[in-house]
Amino acid sequence: MLFSYLPILVMIGIATVMAIGALFMSFVFRPSNPYREKLSPWECGMEPVGDANTGHFRVHFFIIAILFIVFDVETLFLFPWAVILSEKALSAFIFVEMVVFIAILAVGLIYAWVKGALEWV
Amino acid sequence: MPDTSTILEFILIIVKAWVIAMVLFGLPLPLTWLERKIAGHIQVRLGPWRVGPHGLLQPFADMIKLLMKEDIVPYKADKLLFVIAPLLAMVPAFAVFAAIPFGEKVLIPGLDYELTLYLSDMNVGILYILAMSGLGIYGVILGGWASNSKYSLLGGLRSSAQMISYEIAVSFAVIGVVMLANSLSLVDIVRAQGGNILHWNILYLPVGPVWFFIFMIGSTAEINRVPFDLPEDEGTLAAGFHTEYSGMKFAFFMLAEYIAMVTVSVLAVILFFGGWNAPFSIPLPIPPIFWFMAKVAFFIYLFMWIRFTLPRYRYDQLMNIGWKILLPLSLVNVLATGLMRLYL
Repeated sequence: MLFSYLPILVMIGIATVMAIGALFMSFVFRPSNPYREKLSPWECGMEPVGDANTGHFRVHFFIIAILFIVFDVETLFLFPWAVILSEKALSAFIFVEMVVFIAILAVGLIYAWVKGALEWV
Repeated sequence: MPDTSTILEFILIIVKAWVIAMVLFGLPLPLTWLERKIAGHIQVRLGPWRVGPHGLLQPFADMIKLLMKEDIVPYKADKLLFVIAPLLAMVPAFAVFAAIPFGEKVLIPGLDYELTLYLSDMNVGILYILAMSGLGIYGVILGGWASNSKYSLLGGLRSSAQMISYEIAVSFAVIGVVMLANSLSLVDIVRAQGGNILHWNILYLPVGPVWFFIFMIGSTAEINRVPFDLPEDEGTLAAGFHTEYSGMKFAFFMLAEYIAMVTVSVLAVILFFGGWNAPFSIPLPIPPIFWFMAKVAFFIYLFMWIRFTLPRYRYDQLMNIGWKILLPLSLVNVLATGLMRLYL
């Protein structure tokens, strides 16, 4: 058990060390000559207007995020189901259960579709 | 006090992880050269030519240039997140490879020791890979947000919306494969496709090719390759979420992107093309790892080929494909696969 999950930690550690090492190498070699014009956000050469990270973006991205949560959780429920599907004793029963579950979510998808949540204009 | 075999195994894990990480770190060097060369030949030009024979030293020149570039942090940026975002994009891309098997055991001649060609065969392997590659979205959206530039913000939002939309299609395709293999472990998934080419999941008719189709389209969109490279839509977004990045941090985003392409190629091979299994029995002693590498190389070439052949989708078309075509198709295909598994 330990040896099947320890490699994740080792890998993350090695990757982080390598990344920080590369950043340090670049810190040693690179020139540094900042001035205000160079450091301003790129806006086609014009003076930048206002802040970008004030949260002004289309609400549609938020709707997509909510839809994603609904359907991604659905796929998470499908994973254990997919693993035990072929165990013959229960299979027909759990298959029918999953058909009901998918049907409910399909209704959700159709609702979102009809309401225009999937349209980008 | 742990015994010697445990310590040995621990050392082996560190050595293997180090080797895989070094290979992944160096992989963009040949891949960028290859990509530019393929682009050149597809467009009837030479591609990189001047730095070294056939431009072979070009990637090294690029690397040195990226290393020596001035690091620009916009004065309006969120300094901490701006530095963390490239790391958040890159580290999960490496971590994915902790679960990827490159082959079964090989016997080391002389030492009489069986070396496993994977870091770990965890029982939730494919779920772990989906989770880790999903983490890469944080790098994109934080990078876009922390730059405090309008182009970066819009690029980051678009990328994340695109990635999460297609994540669902990819998850469904993976579920299809899990239904065929009855296991989440990648080694078991490959073992279930043992034998000749007819046992590969792509040839589990009629649903196998449909799953592959969904997986390929979904993952192409998830790794932001053409025809779904909207995040790097130069015409409308400058460079998308990494507009403000330069030097090594920019290189990390590129590195993550190339590793993601390799990951997807590896996954396509493991899930649908039988992993390290030979397509048919050949009397020659070809090691399984060769088949694995050859198939992965083919998919990497396929992605580059597509990049210089197809034009880009519009954003509304992209969302339509993800939500209105791939998702209903996956739902129907889950039921079809279930019926086939139960009654065939």
